[in-house]
Amino acid sequence: MTIVEQPKASGTTGGAAPRGALDAAALRADFPILDQEVNGHRLVYLDSASTSQKPNVVIDAVSAYYREYNANVHRGIYTIGEKATAEYEGARARVARFINAPDSHEIVFTRNATEAINLVAYSWGRANIDRGDAIVLTEMEHHANLVPWQLLVQEKDGDLEFVPISDDGLLRLEVFEVLLHLKPKLVAFTHVSNTLGTINPVRQIADMAHAAGALVLVDGAQAVPHVPVDIEALGVDFYAFSGHKMLAPMGSGALWARRELLEAMPPFLAGGEMIREVHLRRSDWNDIPWKFEAGTPAVGDAIGLGVAADYLTALGMDAVRAHERELVAYALEALPRAVPDIAVYGPMDLDLRGGVIPFNLPDIHPHDVAQILDRYGIAVRAGHHCTMPLHERLDLAATARASFSVFSTNADIDALAAGLVEVERIFRG
Amino acid sequence: MDDLYRDYILEHYRRPHNFGVLDDATTSHEGSNPLCGDRITMQLGIRDGKVAEVAFTGRGCAISQASASLLTDEVKGMSVEAAAAYRADELLDLLGIDISPARLKCAMLSLETLDAALADLDASASPAAVAAEEPA
Repeated sequence: MTIVEQPKASGTTGGAAPRGALDAAALRADFPILDQEVNGHRLVYLDSASTSQKPNVVIDAVSAYYREYNANVHRGIYTIGEKATAEYEGARARVARFINAPDSHEIVFTRNATEAINLVAYSWGRANIDRGDAIVLTEMEHHANLVPWQLLVQEKDGDLEFVPISDDGLLRLEVFEVLLHLKPKLVAFTHVSNTLGTINPVRQIADMAHAAGALVLVDGAQAVPHVPVDIEALGVDFYAFSGHKMLAPMGSGALWARRELLEAMPPFLAGGEMIREVHLRRSDWNDIPWKFEAGTPAVGDAIGLGVAADYLTALGMDAVRAHERELVAYALEALPRAVPDIAVYGPMDLDLRGGVIPFNLPDIHPHDVAQILDRYGIAVRAGHHCTMPLHERLDLAATARASFSVFSTNADIDALAAGLVEVERIFRG
Repeated sequence: MDDLYRDYILEHYRRPHNFGVLDDATTSHEGSNPLCGDRITMQLGIRDGKVAEVAFTGRGCAISQASASLLTDEVKGMSVEAAAAYRADELLDLLGIDISPARLKCAMLSLETLDAALADLDASASPAAVAAEEPA
């Protein structure tokens, strides 16, 4: 074991002192799902951008909740109810520490990044977007950071504008500068592209947007598991992310937003928990963040999210980033060596790319690639990865995508390379 | 080890039969599987109640393209009624491979597109459709 069983959070992640390099091969023992064969081969899981696998500490924390203190939160005047509440709120504090948020009340638990963005679109958006108001997005957004805004501007008769990308998958900030003359109310963009891996310059974009009077929302779903995220340093207004991509349970996620924004925003979902007083014809809202957490929350999943945040903190997000950077460097060299006609998309500058490798083999559909790789126990994603407009922009029907996490190794990339050689052998005959 | 990619499937994928464009198609339809980006345009030339000519274009996975190649061979020369009655299980038998649930949509795209092209034919031939095309 390379880490302690229940790692303690140690302050911020962004400015933490560098820890030792990450020993992914040893870490794999923490992820029980990896210890199996699929179709007679070692499971090679290369789809962490879709969802990551979960370490024992997270699985055990969820299990312990159900086995030992399953009870509703903020209600029971009894011992296990109080423990459930304390652990749930403790998880909120752990998540706040993980992204260096100054105040844990600025963390709203959601099911995933999609729900977090929808919360902002419905609550802040409906109260603040009027006819003719512009929202600036980018061409590389996941549908989760596109469709909620389409619905909003359709309802409000507002406008969407898009920052285009260059052919190597970087945002064209000189065009963004021009779009800011439209005085948008909001600029919403992804921190790390789920399809191309592009790491966007969040601080620079946020500063430009703020100077033009816009608020800034960042989709951090692909960032929090892979790069150090320091909310204070990023200087944004809303930050949405999923838990299940950062080693935490399915159905966990969070929205961070500045306190004054959350306090001014009307509720999103309504019901129990989010109220202070209810009368037959009117109600008063609870304080933040509970104003946005109507109904019984996913308590066990939130506790698991808190443990996952501590696990990553103990590894050191700088070490995680360095590890995945090395994996990308290795893959960009090893894959074309094995299959010289492979096309790899996205930025080739290692400093600008997270652990995501989208690719195609000429005249072989990515579904066929993924299907044949599965014979060898290799799991990659094939399709449009919920970025249909981005694929259209790049004139691609679909791509295959290999993506990494803390437990990924060069051996996984070697297996992928060997699998791709087999794909070509089968198809080229 | 599955044998989805048998030689004849790959052969139909590499050199699909009836791949091309008809100059004088009676009916034509474009079908797609948005999830995987498979896309097929199916064209039919109908004479004397028969599928006299059939052609398709498109791009997609080996399963969707081989399926279109095999299906167009099969329905060529059929009566319009017989082509419209062609069933999914017959196409699966024709493909002769085990299709997992995840790939069923790939295999069925050709048949769905054929059915839609034939339905367009019915719609345009019906009196209601003809009436609708007349100037008001």
